[in-house]
This record gives sequence, C-alpha cells and structure tokens, in this order.
Amino acid sequence: MAEDIEKILKKYKQGRREDLIPLLQEIQSATGYLSEEAIVKVGSHLGLSTTKIFGLATFYDQFRFFPAGKINIKICNGTSCFMNGSQAIIEKFREELRIAPGQTARNGNFSFDIVTCMGGCFHGPVILVNGEYNIHVRPEQVPDLIKRLKYIIEND
Amino acid sequence: MLFTIQVNNKKIKAEKGETILSALNRNGIIIPTLCRMKEFTPTGACRMCVVEVEGRERLVTACSQPVEEWMKIRTHSPRVIMARKTIVELLLSNHPDDCLYCDRNLNCELQKLSEELNIRERRIKGKKTKQRLDQSSPGIVRELSKCILCGRCVRVCEEVITATSLDFINRGRQTHIGAALDRDFNFSSCIQCGQCVLVCPTGALHEKHNITEVQEYLNKHEIVKAIQYSPLVSAGIAEELGIKYSKDFDRNLNAILRKIGFDKVFNTGTGTDVCISEIASQLSEKIEKKKEKALFISACPAWVKYAEQFVPSMIPQLSTVKSPQQITGILIKTIVADQLGVKPEKIFSVSVTPCMAMKYEARRDGMMRKGISDVDTVMTVRELARLIRLNGIDVTNTEKEPGDEPLSGRSSSAVLAEVSGGLAEGVIRSYYFEITGKEIDKQLLKKLRSPGVFRDCSVKIGDNEVKVAVVDGLKGLEKLRTAETAGTAYDLVEVMTCQGGCIHGAGLPFISSKEDLKNRAKLVYQADETEAISLPCKSPSLINLFSKLLKENKDISDKSIFYTHFEKKNVLL
Repeated sequence: MAEDIEKILKKYKQGRREDLIPLLQEIQSATGYLSEEAIVKVGSHLGLSTTKIFGLATFYDQFRFFPAGKINIKICNGTSCFMNGSQAIIEKFREELRIAPGQTARNGNFSFDIVTCMGGCFHGPVILVNGEYNIHVRPEQVPDLIKRLKYIIEND
Repeated sequence: MLFTIQVNNKKIKAEKGETILSALNRNGIIIPTLCRMKEFTPTGACRMCVVEVEGRERLVTACSQPVEEWMKIRTHSPRVIMARKTIVELLLSNHPDDCLYCDRNLNCELQKLSEELNIRERRIKGKKTKQRLDQSSPGIVRELSKCILCGRCVRVCEEVITATSLDFINRGRQTHIGAALDRDFNFSSCIQCGQCVLVCPTGALHEKHNITEVQEYLNKHEIVKAIQYSPLVSAGIAEELGIKYSKDFDRNLNAILRKIGFDKVFNTGTGTDVCISEIASQLSEKIEKKKEKALFISACPAWVKYAEQFVPSMIPQLSTVKSPQQITGILIKTIVADQLGVKPEKIFSVSVTPCMAMKYEARRDGMMRKGISDVDTVMTVRELARLIRLNGIDVTNTEKEPGDEPLSGRSSSAVLAEVSGGLAEGVIRSYYFEITGKEIDKQLLKKLRSPGVFRDCSVKIGDNEVKVAVVDGLKGLEKLRTAETAGTAYDLVEVMTCQGGCIHGAGLPFISSKEDLKNRAKLVYQADETEAISLPCKSPSLINLFSKLLKENKDISDKSIFYTHFEKKNVLL
C-alpha cells in the first residue's frame, strides 16, 4: 500500500495545497480508505499539517479513515427516502449488523454508510449494495438480504 | 476621508474603509463580539455583532462590513437584540451548566454576554453531547463540552504560532476542535505555548492546575517548601488581584509567599543571570572559533519544542544552556539543599512563571539530576493568585521582606529578558563587558527593541562585528530564513514563541488589548532603566555563586548542571 501512495504522490507537484482534495480522492480510490500513513505522507508532500488534512477530510462524507467491509452498503437518507421510511431501514441494519453507520464490523465483512440522495427518489428507500441498487426496500427484507450476502462472502 | 453616517438617529463620523464596528466603537457604542480577534481578518462567523442597516433585508455583521456613506444603522433595535439573544441562547442550549466549578467563572466571555443580554432561563434545550476531557497534555486541558466553536484557538495556532495543531473536525452537529487524527493532545504537534488558552472565550481550554498538589505539600512538615518566581510575576499578581503595582511589590510578594507557608523564597532572576552569562561564554567561544552557524538561545521551551519537531536540523545550533527556571531549580536542589543540610528529595520546589510551556519543560527529559527533577511543580501567575486568595491573605496589608539567599539578587538584564529581545540584549551586554571591560551603550542595541516580528542589528565588539537577530513570535522565523539565505550570517539569534516575549505569556492574567501588553513592556523597560546593576556578572548573587558556592559544593564539580540536551521529536506534524 505504501508503494501505491508513493506512486500517486509522484504525480502531484510538491507544496501545491490546491491539489489536496484530488490527491486524497485518488488515494482513497486506490487503497479504499485514508490511512494514518497516507495522511502523514500527503502532509509532508504538500507542506500541510496532518491536523489540517484530517480536519478537511472529516468535513466531507466521501472520505473514510478505516477500510470498508468486504461488502459496503450505502443507505439513502435523502428527503424522499426519509419520507418513505429509510430510518427504519437504518435501524434494522444497525440491529442486524451490530455496527453504527460509518463503522466496519470487526470481522471486516460488512460496513454501512448513510448518504444523502442517490438520485432514485421515486423508488425510495434506496440502498446500494456493492454497486447494485435495491429499491423499495422494506425493513422485513433486511435479514434475508444479509443472509444472502453472508452466503456470498462465505462462498467467494 | 471622513463622512457622516446615521446611527440610532444620531450622526457620527466614520472613516472610509473601516468596518462598521470600528466606527461605532470609536464613537462610544459598544457592540458585543465573540469570534472577533483584533489584528485578525474578520470572519463574521458567530453573528454576535449584527446590526440593522436600513435598506438591507438581513442583519449585517458589523465586524466585517465596511461602512458606507448612505448607511442608517440601528445597533440596539428590538430585532437586533432578539437576534443576539437567540444566538447566545443557542450557544447555551448544549453548554454544561457548571459555571460554579468552571475554571473561567467570573472571567468568561460567554457568561458575560448572557449577563449583558439578560438571559435568565434556558429557553432552548439542546441535546448535550458528551465530549471527552483531554488531560493528556502537560500544560493544557481541553474540555470540549464547553467549546462554542468560535475558532479563535484554531486561528491563533495556525496564523500566529504556525504550529497548526488544532482544527475543526467533522461537520454539522458533530463538529469539534481537535488535534491531528482526533488523538489526544500529547500526540499532537502542540508546542505548549498556551496562546490558545489566552484567546479561548470560555473554559474549554485552560491550564492544568497544580494548586492541589502544592497545598498537599505545604502541609507536610518534614519537607522544605521552596518557591521561585520570575521577575514578571509580582507585576502579574498585582494585575490579577487588582492592586496598584509598585517597584517594591517584589518584597511584598516574598512576605505573602512566606505567609502561605513556603520556607524559602527565591528569585528566578538569579537563574536568568546564570543563563545569560553561560550563553555569553558560549557566544564568545563561537566567535573565537569562528563557527559559521548562528547560536540560538533556547530559553523559550515552546521554541525548543518547535525546533525539535519542525526544524530538527536546527537542534545542533540550539544553545544547550537550560532555561532560567531550570537553572534556579537545579541550584535549589544542589546548593540550597547543601546549605540547609537536607537531601534534595526532601525539597519541594515550586516555580511560578508567566509561561505555560514551563509546565512541560519541568517534565522534560534531561531536566533532572540523579533521578530528582530540578523543578517539582510549575504554577502560572493566575494559579498563584488563586492560591493567595485561597489562603485568605490581604495583599494590600503586608510587610516587605527580602528574598532568601543565595538566590535573591539579580541584574536588570534578568528583568529585561521577559520582553522579546531582552535576553539577546543581556547576552550582548555581557559579551561586550567580557571583551572590552566596559558597559555597552544601550543606544547601540536600540534596534532590538523596535516593533515587528523580526529585527536585527550589528554591533562592533572588539575586532568583531557581532550580528544579532530577534525573532518575536514564530512567524518571524520565515524572515530570519529569508535574511539568512540572502547571505547575512548571524552570530546570535533569540526566538520567543509568544509575540512580545514572556510579557505575553499564557500564564499571565487575560488581557483584552495591546495597550495592556505595552504597559507590561513599559514596566520591564523602566526597571532596566532605573536599577543600578545592569550586568549579570556584576550582580552580587551571581558573583557569590560562581566564585564561592559552586566551588565549595562537593557534589558539583563543574557547570555541567546548567546544561541539557535536545533531540528530534516524533509527533504528528
């Protein structure tokens, strides 16, 4: 992973503060998350303090600071999905996976995030499971869904 | 260009280009502010200073809006007052109601605002977020639940101190102020200068208190309680307790400290004299051997930590002489202990300083001898004022007493060291005397006292042209670098972390304006002008110490007790 980061850093000029967000985005898409090591390296490359970088990165929902699970679930909590009962879905996931939004389960299998609007307002509540959209999700479907996903993980 | 604007149906004069706030303040109208800091660009974030401008639909922030000729302003209309009140009520909605136990009780800007705006009930009830209490740092405690997110500490740390150890983390309701990776403060690049504490409007940032520990020891009879205070402390105590300061207050303070229960009262000034003369001999060695690189004075512990973290390449250039506090501390634990016939571990040594980084310095590696620390506890001036009040001492009605020998006398250079540039001036004075045998004309070093973050001057001493630079606040380091790359080779560089020097230290009473700072500087310069002994080497205490006490002591063979070492620190930068 360290090599990945080095390779990405080489593409950017040293000391250009304005490159910070694209740089972080690129590192995140290559390694899946922003590790402490990555933040420190970016800091010394761009001449910014780690405090500033961490402060900026936590401002945006798109950055994560520990690896996502093998299966990452994004639950929409935009206005439309909220009206259609996304809160119940979030609660159900929290119960079933025993993790809070933004966390990753200890065994590294699951993680889930709350996002605001994925553009499927007509079909709410919408959830995104490993790049695949599920629409009109009901809380009672969640246990089945998780069982299916666990099966996929185990047999992968 | 002056023009008139209408404020509350009265005409006042305003200047082109200034903000509404400054025009109003000049004309005697007070507008409450919260996130505003003088000498910084306004942000208009807290909305506390809103005023009504006719023709504008929304309320306008007075701190950031330039004043214009057509303006008709209402500063205290019902709408404005309602807005301000609501802002404070919202800030209070999740604020812990523990003013009685708070560090900043009666001295809190939020408390003052809610009093001014006549808030008498908790109208808005917010969910109180449970925030952790960060006590990991040696000098600074962070109580995040009391933070109102004004961002002053973030700005000071980034723009004045340039350490950038604090920032906003997360957003929305989860926003809080934190250090790198939201770790505890001791992992961060904080240099312990405490300037964030000085600007914090509430009790969210305050010093770590050592009063309880001191009290505990004061009641132990088998232990010798020794205290040292630096030359600025008596002025600071007078300021904090609201009494008029006179030059003799040092002697009153001696009596006060003895009443509290300290057995021995010493002056850190003697340590400063030792520090100055040791650095002067290092400088003389440097010039003799024609070493190229400048000698950096290391008396400011926050600067030392800054150098160790951010510019480790500079560490070999740092003077290895301990700071005055540590020198006095080690003298108490060796020479005084010997004179009293007690073991050093039976002495509890307290230091009172205007500095917060000293709390950190006392715990540094290399600041102890045979497992016994040089200084046991460091208190700020504010803490000492508290201790005085706690012990019920009437400060206006005390005798005058001398300090205890052998560490009571000092030269006026030791006082001068409390302002930025003073230590360098003292070192040059000593060096000049060493080379020429005469006292230097103070006018020669006048340039070191001019304003600005970076100043330098060059003096002809003997056959050499000695170049001195003073970095007043870490922002000046950049100018030093520019000057050095341009080819100027300095011999001696003094760096002070706090702008203005120790007179702006974080352990002194909270001040609101630069005027107070100037007054403190004036006191220091006055002392330097009026006192008879201006050279450390002419101070009787120092002569006695160097010619007699150090030699008589069997335990100490040389001056190595005055020296320490510095090394690179690995922290999250």
